[in-house]
Amino acid sequence: MQLTEKHKEYWNINLRTTSILLAIWFVATFVVGWYARELNEIIILGPLGFYMAAQGSLIIYVLIIWFYARYMNNLDKEFGVHEGELE
Amino acid sequence: MAAGQQTQTQFFNSLKRYYGFYTGGFVTFVIIVGILEQLGVPVKILGYIFLFATIMLYAGIGFMSKTADVGEYYVAGRRVPALFNGMATGADWMSAASFIGMAGTLYLSGFDGLAFVLGWTGGYCLVALLLAPYLRKFGQFTIPDFLGARFGGHLPRFIGVIAAIVCSFTYVIAQIYGVGIITSRFTGLEFQVGVFVGLAGILVCSFLGGMKAVTWTQVAQYIILIVAYMIPVVWLSVKHTGVPIPQISAYTSALPKVTALEKEFNDKTTPKGAKEESVRAIFREKASAADAKLKGLETGGATFLAAEKGKLEAKLGELKAANPPADAKALEAAEKAVKDFPADADAAKKAWTAEKAIGARAAPVKAHAEAFAASGKTPEETEKKRNIAKKNFLALIACLMIGTAALPHILMRYYTTPSVHEARVSVFWSLFFIFLLYFTAPVLAILAKYEVYSSLVGSSFASLPAWVSNWASVDKTLMNIADINKDGIVQLAEIVIGGDLIVLATPEIAGLPYVISGLVAAGGLAAALSTADGLLLTIANAMSHDLYYKMIDPNASTVRRLAVSKGLLLVVALCAAYVTSLKPGNILFLVGAAFSLAASGFFPALVCGVFWKRANYLGAVLGMSLGLGVCAYYMYMTYPFFGVNAPLWWDINPIAAGTFGIPAGFLGVIIGSLITPAPSKEIQDLVDNVRYPSLDGTVSAGTAGH
Repeated sequence: MQLTEKHKEYWNINLRTTSILLAIWFVATFVVGWYARELNEIIILGPLGFYMAAQGSLIIYVLIIWFYARYMNNLDKEFGVHEGELE
Repeated sequence: MAAGQQTQTQFFNSLKRYYGFYTGGFVTFVIIVGILEQLGVPVKILGYIFLFATIMLYAGIGFMSKTADVGEYYVAGRRVPALFNGMATGADWMSAASFIGMAGTLYLSGFDGLAFVLGWTGGYCLVALLLAPYLRKFGQFTIPDFLGARFGGHLPRFIGVIAAIVCSFTYVIAQIYGVGIITSRFTGLEFQVGVFVGLAGILVCSFLGGMKAVTWTQVAQYIILIVAYMIPVVWLSVKHTGVPIPQISAYTSALPKVTALEKEFNDKTTPKGAKEESVRAIFREKASAADAKLKGLETGGATFLAAEKGKLEAKLGELKAANPPADAKALEAAEKAVKDFPADADAAKKAWTAEKAIGARAAPVKAHAEAFAASGKTPEETEKKRNIAKKNFLALIACLMIGTAALPHILMRYYTTPSVHEARVSVFWSLFFIFLLYFTAPVLAILAKYEVYSSLVGSSFASLPAWVSNWASVDKTLMNIADINKDGIVQLAEIVIGGDLIVLATPEIAGLPYVISGLVAAGGLAAALSTADGLLLTIANAMSHDLYYKMIDPNASTVRRLAVSKGLLLVVALCAAYVTSLKPGNILFLVGAAFSLAASGFFPALVCGVFWKRANYLGAVLGMSLGLGVCAYYMYMTYPFFGVNAPLWWDINPIAAGTFGIPAGFLGVIIGSLITPAPSKEIQDLVDNVRYPSLDGTVSAGTAGH
């Protein structure tokens, strides 16, 4: 099977999107976790460090996956690697 | 369920209709039980009705989904729509520990408990971005299937089978344990009997219809568990804050009040703080007395023991001879003290060490929202302890997240969607449905804490709220309350709460009728059963499909393969129930161990298998065995249960053993792959094939049909 340039571009865009989303995931989890004490000094919906770990980061996770599914499903069509219509 | 040649859209619509009716039916059922309660039917009967009605329901779905088709048995025919696969994954994922234990853990440990909330949700980002779509494109039956095809040869598949069995078996024991606790608590059956009743419930779901039956039962179980979790919390929120959205009101209204009360309890100059201090002083006194006795025992040995006993006897004699006669209670206490005095030095050491531990109850109230709370003698020591807590918090999150993206029973679920497109959407629905429960648990912990701090503390022992006296009489490990300083008023330091109480008692705290408590029990049972189903099926499939069919007898007929699979399911289930009935160790550790093992064993090989074409046979073999080996070695050396107690590496607790196992796994894959030639052209083509949803415009059917 020979991949075309277009296929390679699709994969590179996928890798880039995945890396960016993983970076957001990393910040929402580990950076926010690392600075939890400092964030707790800020009061938005309670102490911010606590709020993020209990709810804020979770919302970010849901959004990351939602965005990825939508973006990739569109990208598939754009690059013609989508699956045919389901019967 | 709906079989035959319906199109996917028709199938989806009829599923929506079925589960719509089902939800309506379930609500009606709860209302009828509620009416029965008002008519005066005893609570115990209601408990039985809930338990057996739900198990019969699952059995009914299991029976309707019976199948003799391999594709349906292993991957539900690959036609589960994203939304329903999301619900099934949610139920598969949320175990007894999430449903019953989570809010309690958060109540007891505040911020530090949030590692579980973060770890068990954030892991889905890794599933979505790194694994689910690619595994679906690959489209076989099990996770070892992927390892076998991607890396070639029997060995990677075989290590995969071992890893799948080890982590799933560890995890399933924790689930069956949960089933036993719930059935025994709500029906009064013995724990061991409860385990086997629950087991019957698990088997009826999966035995006849494999993955197909498990999927449709799990959807039903998800609906029950989420309804059961939400109703009491929403009610409690309305009661306290007047806002029916607890996820907001808890942070804006209840948490600040809890924080203010914590400060008051810790400040000796306020009336409440002074009372707390009086209780704490008693604990401190008891602890230091025990400490003095322990020291005396160390230097004086048997002589000291005899002298101590002599003192008590002398005191008893004095009381008996006193004139006017001593208070009857004091006399009784003195007699008891003599009678219970430890018989020998070993018993004394044990008893006094336990007494000394009571000193922990003299500690100030921990602030709920404070991150990495620590206390040391000097500021430097506090800082050091705080950093250790922070390190362990983050390490545990990492292990739980990566473990999530490596547990075979979860990854397997994404084989069941009709396409790559649906697999991606399905991870979103999975996390969304899981999120509904996980973002409610911290809220429930805060609301329950507010209730205890504001209403229970300061009330009189003569008129305790009904839920407190009920639970205190049922189970002392869940609710233990005693008037330590004899002032007739409840202080916070006089209450000891067991974590599981929070979810179990919420309906009563919120003033809801018993029917809701029954509903919560049914929800907990659904959570435990659904996870156990998925795990048992994973173990049986790894053995029947990967070990038997792929490695031992590739010519086995379909009938024979399914027969072997069902037979193994039964054997594994009985083994698991037997091990559980021995009540092994700490549930939380078992769960943590399963995650660390899965993360170290599977994650590096799976991710490199998709994203690094160069990864090959030796890399996979080395990576998986090194990952598993390092993780298991660290747990064995450091977890107290095994009795080695070697020093910790960089202060990382044994529950986060994956911290070392995962890097070891990646290192193994990289080194093993680089010292041997790149994989063959066919395998590199397979990787390309997995990376693109479709190279020719068709839907990858996998091998569901054959």
